[in-house]
Amino acid sequence: MARSSASSSARHGSRAAAGVSRVYLDYAGFSPVDPRVLAVMRPFLEGGIGNPAAPHSLGFEARDSLDGARAKVARLFGGAPAGVIFTATATEANNLALRGLAARASGRHVVTSAVEHISVLNACRELEKQGYGVTSVPVDADGRVDPDAVARAIRRDTALVSVTAASGEIGTLQPVREIGRIARARGVPFHVDAVGALGRVPLAVDECGVDLLTASSNDLCGPPGAAALWIRGEIKLAPLTLGGGQEGGYRSGTENLPAIVGMGVAADLVRSEGPAEVARLSALRDRLVDGLLAGVAGSRVTGARGAGRLPHHASLLIPGVKADAVLMELDFRGVSASSGSACATLTGQPSHVLRAIGCDDAMAESSLCFTLGRWTRAPEIDVVIDVLPTIITRLRRLAP
Amino acid sequence: MLDAPPDQVLDCVGLFCPMPILKTRETMKGMAVGQRLEMLSDDPASEADMKSWTGRTGHELLSIERHGAVFRFLVRKTR
Repeated sequence: MARSSASSSARHGSRAAAGVSRVYLDYAGFSPVDPRVLAVMRPFLEGGIGNPAAPHSLGFEARDSLDGARAKVARLFGGAPAGVIFTATATEANNLALRGLAARASGRHVVTSAVEHISVLNACRELEKQGYGVTSVPVDADGRVDPDAVARAIRRDTALVSVTAASGEIGTLQPVREIGRIARARGVPFHVDAVGALGRVPLAVDECGVDLLTASSNDLCGPPGAAALWIRGEIKLAPLTLGGGQEGGYRSGTENLPAIVGMGVAADLVRSEGPAEVARLSALRDRLVDGLLAGVAGSRVTGARGAGRLPHHASLLIPGVKADAVLMELDFRGVSASSGSACATLTGQPSHVLRAIGCDDAMAESSLCFTLGRWTRAPEIDVVIDVLPTIITRLRRLAP
Repeated sequence: MLDAPPDQVLDCVGLFCPMPILKTRETMKGMAVGQRLEMLSDDPASEADMKSWTGRTGHELLSIERHGAVFRFLVRKTR
């Protein structure tokens, strides 16, 4: 017992010296909820508030709170508040955008990219099964979509263009404004999965020609269990969930008011603190990337560099090791990170995003992803720069 | 010989990646080396996924047939 605690403290020595207990660099996987958000949510969980549809004063208050959250979320990307449809997850919002719009559209063709989130990818596959045409536009070596390729992919029967604002796996920002201009000129609605990008890069729906936008609460340090699809006034969808007609009939079911109110507060905080936070995080991210590239021989960044990627996002390939072994070793040393793709982790298959940027199977298995957030500080970054090179040297020595 | 019924059948119709591969992997775990699994899937991506997965794991992809939207994969467990 004594020995195990001694060895454990030796193992965690550098972290203890830095005054760091747990190094959490998986904000894209889950972001701790901001205490200021929790404080506003609490009364909505504890009572004194009704169902937004209830015919009494507590219901009226709930409805006001719901509409307040709608306005706060819409303000983050400059959309009309009435266009916000609250859902439980961004996956649900993406499904509603793609399948809901396709079901109402006369066209039977969708244009998307090779680096989308699995929810967009699988919604497109479902459309393919129903007989829709799906064109997946390839990306360059940084994972960037060429707007001209989108222009070439649009057909007379194209019902929707759906391209993410930023790939969650490799952090590359997409040319949303250019794609939006093309889609607008061709009269095709444009959906943007903005989950990773919102609040981190400028994204105003009118300037960028966006007609549908997916947002997630937890990516704003709001609670999980709330997300939103925003739609421009003239867009019509077929609902995927039928019932009492909540959320303009597009998403029936009693609203998760505490989480939605929390998402609204989180959106407000991101709007007011965003620019300073983005500068802080991109400096920390650069420190991490520079430190790892210098410390780990052969490592290289996936996705775009610098301003071309999400400011809180670092992803690397480390040849000669498997990501799951590295992540386990990091975890032993108190560092939480990810490989970038939960789906690929489950199946052991190389992720579609890494394949799209030209990684072979062995390279794709060596992908690491670090996502920083509101509580990330320099000492945590230095812990990773300190421990990762040792881990990699050891694992490479063990490798056959 | 090839027409002999498979040792197990796994119906993944209606499911999407990663489920067909995950379920195939789980089912194969409980089978003996040399046994054959028939997996049915209507995920448009499952053809590429199964080719890649069997290539990686070394299991033998004996045949791929397509009946309408449904793929029928026949895989032999090799290890």
